[in-house]
Amino acid sequence: MADIATTLFDLGRLDRLACADTPVHRLDPRAKLLTTLVFLLCVVSFDRYSVAGLLPFSLYPVAIIAVAGLPAGFLFKKMLMVAPLALLVGIANPWFDQVPLLDLGGITISGGWVSYASILLRFLLTVTATLTLIATTGFHGVCVALRRIGVPAAMTVQLLLAYRYLFVLVSEGARMVRARSLRSFRRQGEGFAPYASLVGHLLLRTIDRAQRIHRAMLARGFSGELHSPVLLRFRPTDTIFLLGWSMLFLLFRLVNLPQWLGRLVVAG
Amino acid sequence: MSHHLVELTDLNYTYPDATQALDSVSFRITHGESVALVGANGAGKSTLLMHLNGALLAQHGAVRIGDIPATRATLPEIRRSVGMVFQDPDDQLFMPTVFEDVAFGPLNLGLPPEEVERRVNDALARVGAEGLRKRPSHHLSGGEKRNVAIATVLAMQPDVLVMDEPSSSLDPLARRRLIYLLNSFDHTKIIATHDLDLVLDVCRRTIVMHQGRIMADGPTGEIFQDEGLLRRSHLEKPLRLQACPVCGR
Repeated sequence: MADIATTLFDLGRLDRLACADTPVHRLDPRAKLLTTLVFLLCVVSFDRYSVAGLLPFSLYPVAIIAVAGLPAGFLFKKMLMVAPLALLVGIANPWFDQVPLLDLGGITISGGWVSYASILLRFLLTVTATLTLIATTGFHGVCVALRRIGVPAAMTVQLLLAYRYLFVLVSEGARMVRARSLRSFRRQGEGFAPYASLVGHLLLRTIDRAQRIHRAMLARGFSGELHSPVLLRFRPTDTIFLLGWSMLFLLFRLVNLPQWLGRLVVAG
Repeated sequence: MSHHLVELTDLNYTYPDATQALDSVSFRITHGESVALVGANGAGKSTLLMHLNGALLAQHGAVRIGDIPATRATLPEIRRSVGMVFQDPDDQLFMPTVFEDVAFGPLNLGLPPEEVERRVNDALARVGAEGLRKRPSHHLSGGEKRNVAIATVLAMQPDVLVMDEPSSSLDPLARRRLIYLLNSFDHTKIIATHDLDLVLDVCRRTIVMHQGRIMADGPTGEIFQDEGLLRRSHLEKPLRLQACPVCGR
């Protein structure tokens, strides 16, 4: 639990990165959100054996990281946290799909390995793109943008509050676990029953807190909608950013650039 | 017409599990008064506070804020005029940044952006937290959180300030600053607390509660001299009124 707590406080760092002031940070959150959505759609719509066609897409996260001055090492570490998921999702592909697909200088590569590589590459691209979105816009900015492009208030309010109270929940849980470990000896007290009771208590406390927060919101006139004082302005640069990148993504999606380049080289 | 008046008549409240939390509570607090609500844990202080801004509605008896009785229909008006500062600032600061937290109430009142901006600046300046504007609420220190929580309420320009344990979990300096701050307000104040030394500094009048009833209601100085009353209500004399531990005087 303590490990989860430290990882979460890293989330705070992601938030602080969003406070910087670079041309990317200054863009309208909606422009960045929509561009990222187009990016994600293009990347996931490739067929399962695509590897080369995906490569040009790395240009986008790399460019954003460079212009926004984001710490690449930190983002990479964040990505590793979710990596096991992606590694597991495709792990069986090489066994199930053994049809030879590629022949690289005498080594035959089966379809399974190719699709596995494709999954990993997609994971790498989509997660980096999302992380850069949050690191340049902030979680809150993303929620405001979601609301402005028509996502129902019920959902964006939930997202915002869930994010806000994640920190409180984890520090409360971490305190309970610490209290338990101080009174458990030689593995006594660390079994399933105390664990279940601990989780139950955490749930009860959470419900209590939720009631208090709701009361605090009502006390200040809450009626279902979180009004944001952040004024968004969609400027020409935002339009250029959105259209420029979207067109590039479509180009990458429709034309297999690496293959085309390869042919050019061979023909030359 | 004055909104600064708080009047409870014969208020009773029983929780669903049949615990009677309030038993015929009546009092009247007038414009500009600063009143302490003291009593043991479970004496009914929090239940009483919840009636003051309509979080609970009277089961029997009545609550009046100024000229308005607290009913379901008058809730918005009651909530605008009674500002409630919660015991745990984490419950009260739910927006991503300090600025948005303080702007939350004024925006819900439907005020124009310039007015919201003005009120946020005023409220933050009042509690000395101008520098925290852009900070995320969940990364503030305890004292800063308390001040911002107070600012969120001030921005609504309430007539009555209600506070639940305002000095809990503050370091001595932050507590002292809070006392100065509270004394600088000319609102009607109702403060529920165990910090009887703070009561000596801030409140002229004290209401003592025990097991849902009002045991005493009078000038703070007199109440704190009545040791029998304090003992019966599970309280004890403020440290400043006790004999010096070194010289015994």
